[in-house]
Amino acid sequence: MKIVYLDNNATTRVADEVREAMLPFFSDLYGNPSSMHTFGGQVHRKIEVARAQVAALINADPEEIIFTSCGTESDNSAIMGCLNSMPEKRHVITTRVEHPAVLNFCKTIGKRGYRVTLLPVDKLGRLDLDELDKAVTDDTAVVSIMYANNESGVIFPMGDIVNIVKSRGVLLHTDAVQVAGKIPVDVKKQPVDLVSLSGHKMHAAKGVGALYIKRGTRFSPYIIGGHQESGRRGGTENVASIIGFGKSAELAGNHLSAGNSKLIELRDKLEFGLSETCPEARTNGDTENRLPNTLNISFEYVEGEAILLRLNEFNICASSGSACTSGSLEPSHVLRAMGVPYTAIHGSIRFSLSRYTTDDDINKVLDVMPGIIKELRELSPFVK
Amino acid sequence: MWDYTDKVKELFLHPKNAGDLENPDAVGEVGSIVCGDALKLSLQVDKESGKITDARFKTFGCASAIASSTALTELIKGKTLDEALKVTNNEIAEYLGGLPREKMHCSVMGQEALEAAVAHYRGEKPPEVEEGTIVCQCYGITDTKLKRVIKENDLHTVDDVTNFTKAGGGCGSCIPDIEKILKDLWDGKVAAESAKPGRKLTNIQKIAMIQEVIETEVRPLLEKDGGDVELVDVDRSKVIVSLRGSCTGCLMADVTLKNIEKKLKEHVSEDIIVEIE
Repeated sequence: MKIVYLDNNATTRVADEVREAMLPFFSDLYGNPSSMHTFGGQVHRKIEVARAQVAALINADPEEIIFTSCGTESDNSAIMGCLNSMPEKRHVITTRVEHPAVLNFCKTIGKRGYRVTLLPVDKLGRLDLDELDKAVTDDTAVVSIMYANNESGVIFPMGDIVNIVKSRGVLLHTDAVQVAGKIPVDVKKQPVDLVSLSGHKMHAAKGVGALYIKRGTRFSPYIIGGHQESGRRGGTENVASIIGFGKSAELAGNHLSAGNSKLIELRDKLEFGLSETCPEARTNGDTENRLPNTLNISFEYVEGEAILLRLNEFNICASSGSACTSGSLEPSHVLRAMGVPYTAIHGSIRFSLSRYTTDDDINKVLDVMPGIIKELRELSPFVK
Repeated sequence: MWDYTDKVKELFLHPKNAGDLENPDAVGEVGSIVCGDALKLSLQVDKESGKITDARFKTFGCASAIASSTALTELIKGKTLDEALKVTNNEIAEYLGGLPREKMHCSVMGQEALEAAVAHYRGEKPPEVEEGTIVCQCYGITDTKLKRVIKENDLHTVDDVTNFTKAGGGCGSCIPDIEKILKDLWDGKVAAESAKPGRKLTNIQKIAMIQEVIETEVRPLLEKDGGDVELVDVDRSKVIVSLRGSCTGCLMADVTLKNIEKKLKEHVSEDIIVEIE
């Protein structure tokens, strides 16, 4: 039975072109890019092509990109790299709704003598820029604010954030893992200092990420080893995945220039369809500034894991912010920061589409969802 | 993805005894929407025999909560109230072919709903407001309940207490209190045996004790922050350790060393000094 895959903010399928580009590096082209011989050297040149492809996606220069093992490594490296380069500064600013790769990292350094400010969001998941302005001090080493939220899809106003943070001369990092390839990112127009990217969120393989480090930014390596990545990240390159990442960046760029209208049309069809057929369904987050592929919607009085498992019976893949799916007992920190009522957090479902999503996929969800919600509500003690 | 048994999946997709009873003789409600799971149990009780003739549930929660509710109602039908009260959360879990450890609180919820329903039938106050002080503010769990569940299920770690009761799974601020409850319940005699010895230790005994304190008291705490520690050498009262993981080069390493020293002074010997390799 065909899988209806609507969990693309978790991970994406590897594009066929990406897989094809990767394959030679598992067999014929297995040389170490650091080697002196031509056999390894040719691999090095291919990595440089990939670097240029990834750089082009965000309008960076290739020398400003280092490859890492994942988005989390990029985030950790970016923040720690800034802190290590200015040990006298002891303050970090981030938001309550960051991905754990930033949030938990900041909480951890908070236990090690750093002061950490967590900026709140409003009920639509939007940042209060005045709060940001007030939070920056002379002691602030780095501000880390995601470009768009992985759960709600809400896009933060990066241009305004750059203006506030850079006018104070503080380093700005953004986790753009959910954004790259979905909407245009331009580091020349929005001059952030560091940008995290991840391959597997944009149809490359798992196990590869990238960090943009603006030329001239003081940065000390997080993974210390050999001279790879111009001495900014030790460790032999994950060659095949890097090559694939480059290809996926090129494909994403082509896709972006063709526009997101089809994706938005499908997402909106899903949103309006569910709102019409399922009573007491509500969309979470600012729909004006939202990733084109993301829909976070709550079905009141039913529990998210139960919805997901019912969807699973129809081979439909999505995710939920409910406590039961989080691996802990606490429901989504993002929806809680937004003040979404508990009745709605536990029943929140995130659908995230990709350019591979079809009309049939959306129709399938619209077909089965009303029945699922109705049956689960019949079991719920909160529905009279 | 939770690793549910086929029985859990079957009873989640096709629950039995779901719904309300028209004129229930007893109703027990536990949990809340804030906590993420809730169960309303309705019973029909035969006045003469005291037997449960029908049981229905309504459940807000995940697959295991819904399947546990079916298990509960199936297990208690036909039993007298006293017989039903003997059904333990373990029997509910067994009926389902087992539950993931992290989901055991669903079976505990079933048992509590039954207790609440029986109390309602007998005109007693519901057991959840029984005496006891609240330990876990997030989920409103009292020390009385914690002690009961810990004893009934032979729980020894905070993680397991959270798995079975949810206590400590929210903000986590009550974890030290749960540790203390566990210590008071179980460590009574263990602690008496391994209490800091007044007698003089041989060097080998001392090294073994230091090693054990580091393993059980120190490493789990450091590991939470991605750090680690290894015992390198013991030279009379001087203990030499090596910090690993995120402790390496950590600015708080001095504080960490002091804490290790404190633990070792407390458990092994007052004169211990900890140094880094």
